Amino acid sequence: MSEGDVIYRPEALIAEDIDAYLEQHQHKTMLRFITCGSVDDGKSTLIGRLLYDSKMIFEDQLAALESDSRRVGTQGQEIDFALLVDGLAAEREQGITIDVAYRFFATEKRKFIVADTPGHEQYTRNMVTGASTADLAVILIDARKGVLTQTRRHSFLAHLVGIRHIVLAVNKMDLVDYDQPTFEHIVADYRAFANRIGIGQFTAIPLSGLRGDNIAARSDAMSWYDGPTLIEHLEAVDLGLDERAGKSLRMPVQWVNRPNLDFRGFSGQIASGSVRPGDAVRVIPSGKTSTVARIVTYDGDLEQAVAGQSVTLTLADEIDCSRGDVICAADDPAEAADQFEATIVWMAEEEMLPGRNYIMKIGTQSVSAAVQPPKYRVDVNTLDHLAAKSLGLNDIGICELATDKRISFAHYAENKDLGGFILIDRMTNATVAAGALHFALRRAQNVHWQAIDVSREAHAAIKNQRPRVLWFTGLSGSGKSTIANLVEKRLHALGKHTFLLDGDNVRHGLNKDLGFTEADRIENIRRVGEVARLMTDAGLIVLTAFISPFRAERQLARTMMAEGEFIEIFVDTPLNVAEERDVKGLYRKARSGELKNFTGIDSPYERPENADIIIDTTAMTPEQAAELIVEQVLA
Amino acid sequence: MSLTHLERLEAESIHIMREVVAEAERPVMLYSVGKDSAVMLHLAKKAFYPAPPPFPLLHVDTTWKFQAMYALRDKAAKDAGMDLLVHQNPEALDKGINPFDHGPLHTDMWKTEGLKQALDKYGFDAAFGGARRDEEKSRAKERIFSFRNASHGWDPKNQRPELWKLYNARKAKGESIRVFPLSNWTELDIWQYIHLEGIEIVPLYFSQPRPTVERDRLLLMVDDDRFPLEPGEEPVMRSIRFRTLGCYPLTGAVESEAATLPEIIQEMLLTTTSERQGRAIDKDAGGAGMEKKKQEGYF
Repeated sequence: MSEGDVIYRPEALIAEDIDAYLEQHQHKTMLRFITCGSVDDGKSTLIGRLLYDSKMIFEDQLAALESDSRRVGTQGQEIDFALLVDGLAAEREQGITIDVAYRFFATEKRKFIVADTPGHEQYTRNMVTGASTADLAVILIDARKGVLTQTRRHSFLAHLVGIRHIVLAVNKMDLVDYDQPTFEHIVADYRAFANRIGIGQFTAIPLSGLRGDNIAARSDAMSWYDGPTLIEHLEAVDLGLDERAGKSLRMPVQWVNRPNLDFRGFSGQIASGSVRPGDAVRVIPSGKTSTVARIVTYDGDLEQAVAGQSVTLTLADEIDCSRGDVICAADDPAEAADQFEATIVWMAEEEMLPGRNYIMKIGTQSVSAAVQPPKYRVDVNTLDHLAAKSLGLNDIGICELATDKRISFAHYAENKDLGGFILIDRMTNATVAAGALHFALRRAQNVHWQAIDVSREAHAAIKNQRPRVLWFTGLSGSGKSTIANLVEKRLHALGKHTFLLDGDNVRHGLNKDLGFTEADRIENIRRVGEVARLMTDAGLIVLTAFISPFRAERQLARTMMAEGEFIEIFVDTPLNVAEERDVKGLYRKARSGELKNFTGIDSPYERPENADIIIDTTAMTPEQAAELIVEQVLA
Repeated sequence: MSLTHLERLEAESIHIMREVVAEAERPVMLYSVGKDSAVMLHLAKKAFYPAPPPFPLLHVDTTWKFQAMYALRDKAAKDAGMDLLVHQNPEALDKGINPFDHGPLHTDMWKTEGLKQALDKYGFDAAFGGARRDEEKSRAKERIFSFRNASHGWDPKNQRPELWKLYNARKAKGESIRVFPLSNWTELDIWQYIHLEGIEIVPLYFSQPRPTVERDRLLLMVDDDRFPLEPGEEPVMRSIRFRTLGCYPLTGAVESEAATLPEIIQEMLLTTTSERQGRAIDKDAGGAGMEKKKQEGYF
């Protein structure tokens, strides 16, 4: 590195004319980037170097760093920059990066936010967290090692989350004697891989984070390289903000601002395009139209607002619009659909359960979504498409998913704000997956429900009853089938049209292809729910008697039915009582290990929290229970 | 029309605040009266204008803040049209816990315990804090929506993935979320924004002759008569200001002539020590001081 050649020497300007400096700093743009690569490629060292070279390390920090370096560092007597960024106790102990750390520095032209992301596969979700907000990715390669599995994995993920600018930083050039053929060989290797995953362009820079070569200053040792230094490149990259502002208006509504009866504003951050008072807008998914009256901000009304700004819009007409809706350009609105194909990155220890309902958060919308078994899983090392029934931690797959209502969306590549989503587990509230929508499935857009002349109301009216689903849930041997049978007899005697779907009977026919794994149990309940729904369309009172141990599936069944038609009946029999009865001898088999996944023994039963009717079988006879249920159902 | 970095930061913070209000049941804004709190409060006014911010301010008081801080606290809440809740840990009050006699216990009881008590007392499920990622190593690792268990603890090794600007605000009863809308701001950004927006801050940030004594290489201001002077010790008038504000017996001043915002920024940029050096709290328990405190429920 040339003597005295540093990125940025603002001290003179700061000392002489602070106002001029502030004016300059105020107009800087911001670039967010990640650094990623294999475990020992020197990510943290590179960031430490960037901070050091741009004078973002203060004397007291430097003193602490020097003493830490001597104590636990890996660079002998020299400064170990990695210690500057590995912030958690466990990270410093183990010498690895576990979670993404954000660092800040500025040059004359730009302010930068760097996300230092972990290299280990087990922390992929943390890498994706850092990558999701980045404009650029610096992929580090150790010049001695070349392209590794991790390099490929990170490049794939960076490309997947839509990072458009990729920098291939061939690091530790000092350890290969600054050898040009070594560099070129690595670049050629990487290009072959990059092309296969759709990375068309990347910028390759030979550098040394430890020595500072080609970071801020041109390296004298590599005169054969005539491209930009890392900093020069970071300063010059196009942020694409103008491009985003040039698209059609999309503003997801976050919050309706209603301080008094005279004001009703829609607050949100503009995802794309621009808006002016008088612009015609359409609210998606409802499709209602209006025009923008005002762009309200604390600093006064605006003449125009563009992508990236957080504003509050008022509309000329009183139309229905609330959190989750997207205010769009009237002549080019966002699409709306309820079935999609998406790429999903699974981020939880528990594997994905196809068919289970997860909460899907996309833009400002939160809906219920069920994911189909993957079409395939991608091996990010070989790029092979592998058959898969589910996705486990760190798996990436292509799946179809269905939401419980139509949502406004965009192809992820078009608009990350409207195409990126997360899945949340209903029970644990954990964020279990991230995904990118590709497109809506045609059937959702174009297939309309068959218009039926004899409506469900007509079916019910001729039977002189309201359709119902009486959903009995409880442990095996709790008395569900016995009580359900008695209820059906009584209803039948009262002239009601009923049908009983019993667990054992359905498993001999409709669901005989299903076993007792968690995934199969979910599919079992989904099918029963669909059948029950069709029967309520036919006007029937349906009784179902299934263990249905999971709240999420019972909730799913509830959401399939018309409002008020689903009645959850919890047959509450303590495990020891049910086991004592053991009518079918199943508990004995389960205890001996002959039966696997048996509810109550080695598979959980999640007690209903808000059952419509609770039957305590230790306090009443089956006849009394049936009486009580019939009374409530016909009330 | 490209947004500047400050415009992007402002828009991001506003987006974060609106997400919290839309998704949390009972949000609150922790207000410590420092410059970061001032910026956070200003952003809240912007986020919800023309409505006042739809949550109260909470000051977890130690009774040992600077007098000037108490004065601005009450005025700022009134100007914003927001309720101000002040909580003082009754146990600490009872035992007369103070920074002179009780060392680290002072912070534990007044701040960490006091904060937990206040959040539990009012049942707040989301609390805004003004911490920034550039302040300290473990903060640099923390999510914007930082999930806390029912005993307010942070689990740094098991943070929720946080993608794009999709924040998962769901939690079980008793659990809560700390939200840091200033995560991506730097100290310079804060100062520049205060300058540009004309935000009112505590006068202690500006240099002025003030009565001081020197203790353990920290320059302390004698803010009231509770300051125990050594026999024969006389406060000395020095031209000082503060780069960070906390309890006055724990907050070191710097000798300075900077009396305007540009001068403060100039001094800050040319200085050679980091902002939190004036605070004793980060140095407890070695390099992992803040991480440990956060696991125990500190902000």
